[in-house]
Amino acid sequence: MSAKTLFEKVWEQHQVVPESADTPAVLYIDLHLVHEVTSPQAFSVLRSQNLKVRRPERVLATMDHSTPTDPDEVFGRVPIKVESAARQVKEFEKNCKEFGIELMGLGSEYRGIVHVIGPELGATQPGKTIVCGDSHTATHGAFGALAFGIGTTEVGHVLATQCLLQRRPKTLAIEVTGKLRPGVTAKDLILAIIGEIGVSGGTGYVIEYRGSAIEALSMEERMTVCNMSIEAGARAGMIAPDETTFAYLRGRRFAPQGKAWDEAVARWRELKTDPGAKFDRVVTIDADKLEPMISYGTHPGMVVPITGTVPDIANDPVHAKALNYMGLQGGEAMVGKPIQVVFIGSCTNGRLSDLELAAGVLKGHKVAGGVRMLVVPGSQQVKREAERLGLDKIFTEAGAEWRESGCSMCIGMNGDTAGRGQYAVSTSNRNFEGRQGAGARTLLASPATAAAAAIAGKIADPRAFLPH
Amino acid sequence: MQPIRTIESRTVVIPVTNIDTDQIIPARFLTTTTREGLGKQAFADWRYDANGAVKSDFILNKPEVTGATVLVAGRNFGCGSSREHAPWALLDFGFRAVISTEIADIFRNNSLKNGLLPIVVDEQTHHWLLDNPGARVNIDLETTTLTLPTGATAKFPIEGFARVCLLNGVDELGFLLQQAPAIERYEAARMF
Repeated sequence: MSAKTLFEKVWEQHQVVPESADTPAVLYIDLHLVHEVTSPQAFSVLRSQNLKVRRPERVLATMDHSTPTDPDEVFGRVPIKVESAARQVKEFEKNCKEFGIELMGLGSEYRGIVHVIGPELGATQPGKTIVCGDSHTATHGAFGALAFGIGTTEVGHVLATQCLLQRRPKTLAIEVTGKLRPGVTAKDLILAIIGEIGVSGGTGYVIEYRGSAIEALSMEERMTVCNMSIEAGARAGMIAPDETTFAYLRGRRFAPQGKAWDEAVARWRELKTDPGAKFDRVVTIDADKLEPMISYGTHPGMVVPITGTVPDIANDPVHAKALNYMGLQGGEAMVGKPIQVVFIGSCTNGRLSDLELAAGVLKGHKVAGGVRMLVVPGSQQVKREAERLGLDKIFTEAGAEWRESGCSMCIGMNGDTAGRGQYAVSTSNRNFEGRQGAGARTLLASPATAAAAAIAGKIADPRAFLPH
Repeated sequence: MQPIRTIESRTVVIPVTNIDTDQIIPARFLTTTTREGLGKQAFADWRYDANGAVKSDFILNKPEVTGATVLVAGRNFGCGSSREHAPWALLDFGFRAVISTEIADIFRNNSLKNGLLPIVVDEQTHHWLLDNPGARVNIDLETTTLTLPTGATAKFPIEGFARVCLLNGVDELGFLLQQAPAIERYEAARMF
C-alpha cells in the first residue's frame, strides 16, 4: 500500500462517493458546529424545502459571535444592547428547538466560542471531519481532524445530508524544526509562518504542521497554530495525533469511554503521515530563530519581530495603504508605540493556558493609565477554571475587565469594539481594517505581549515581564 | 437560481490587493437573519465616512457603476472569514462576476453557490483590466472564456460541477439529496 499523509487517510475514510472528473467527492461530515450568525439562512432553506436535519446528534450548537460578554446581558438581567444581535439569538434558539438540535445557549455552563468548546467537550477527535460556518474551524485540526470553514449554503447541505461536495485540496507540509525559545509562544510561531508564506500562500492547500517544535506543543498551543491556517489562505491545518492528544481527550464528556476508548486510540495511532508520503509542497521553518512577533499592518502576514521596525518599502501601494490606515511610518520601532486597548481572548488565544500566560505577566502590575484591557475567556468552562485558579482576581486587581465568554472584540459585532484610531494589542486572529470596530487599529500578538503592552501602555517586549 | 451563460458588462475596478471579507461587508452587519438587502452595506467602510456621509470619490459611489456587473479587484480577493454575506452583498449591489488573479477558497465556493462568478485570470489580462476601468468585457461560462474589447481572450478555471449547475440554474443541494442511498450505506458500514 502506498504511503499516505494524515490528510489523505482522513479524506479517504470519509468519501461516500469518490470524486470524478464530473463531480466532486461526496464527503461525510462527522461533526457539524453551528452558531447563530452563519446558520439562520440555512435553516430557512430547510424550512422552505420541508427538509429535516439528517443527524441532529452530529450537530453541536452554541452561540458566540453576536452574544454580549457583559454578565447582566448574558444572564438576562438587562436586555441585550445590540438589538439585531438579540433577535439573532432568539431566532437561533427557535431554529434549534424546531429542528431538534441540542443548544448550548446563553445560560449554559458549557457555552463558549465554538472552537473552544468542541475540544473541551471532547467532541473534537482525531480522524473526524468537522465543519462549521466559520473560517477558524481549522482549529480542530490540532487533533488530527480534517476541519474547515464553510459558507451558509453548505451549512444547509450538511444539516440536510450530513455531507458536502468537495474537491480534494493539495497538501502543504510546514516542517517546524528546533524548539521555541522562552518567551516565544505558539502565536508567535503561527504569525511568523504566515509572514513567511503570505496570506494567500496556503490557498488551495490543507496544511500539515509537523516537526520537533510542533510535537513539543501542548494541545492548546497546537490549536492556536491550526486556528490561523486560514490567515495563510489554507482552509484546514492538521497536526498528527499523539500521546499529547490522547492525554488531553481522555475522560472528556464526548470522548469514547472504556473499551471504546482503547479501540479509538488504536485507530487514532494509525492516522499519522506514513514515512515517505508525499506532500505537494514543503516549507521549513526554524523555531530556534523565532522572536515574539507583532503585526504592523492590515493583514496577518504583515508581521515583524517585536524588537523590529515597521518595514520601509518604497513604491508598494499595498504597504502604503496599510501604513496609512495604521498611522505608522516605515522605519519606526514597534516597541514604545503608545496603545489604548488590550484584548485577551478569541478562538486563537482564549483558552486557560492563554489566560495563565497573560496573568503571569500581569501579576503584581497595574494596567497603565489610559489603557482599556478586556479579558474574555473562550468558554464558560475556561472562565470557571480561571476563577478557581484566581486568575480573574489578577486581571481585575490590575484594572482589567473580566467578562463572560464569546468572540467579543475579535469581531466587534456584539457591542465590544475598539474606538476609531485606537491601537489595540489583540490576541485575536485578524487585523483587517475595521475588524475590531470601524477605524480601529489592531496589532496582533501573543497573550504575553498583549499583557506586557497593558502594563507599559505601549508596545513592549514581553520577555522583560515574564516570571522566572 | 437563474441559469447563467454569458455576462457582458462594463467593469468596475477596485485596484486593491487582499480585499478581505471584512471590507466587503463589515461584521457589524452580520446580525441579519436573511440574505436580502445587504448591497447597501457592501464595502460600507469604504463608501461612507465616520458620520455615515457618502465618500463621493470612492468608485462604488460614482454614477458610472450603475448597470456595471463585473468587479475587477486586486490580487487575493475575498480572503478572511467564511461569511456568505460577502457574495450576497456583492450580488445585491448588482455584481455578477468578480475578476482577480487569486480568489480565496471559501469566498470562491460561496460565490459559486450563489451565482456570482469568481473569475481567476493571468497577470497580463489582469493588468490590462486594471489599466482600463469601465472596459466592456464578455464572460462566457459555456466556453469558460473572458473576452476583452481588444478581442484578446483568456480562459478561466472553474470547478466543472459548479459550472454545470450554474449553466442549468440548479443548486447543488438537489444533487446531494439524491445521494441519500449512498449516504445510508456509508453510515451503516462505518465502524465508528
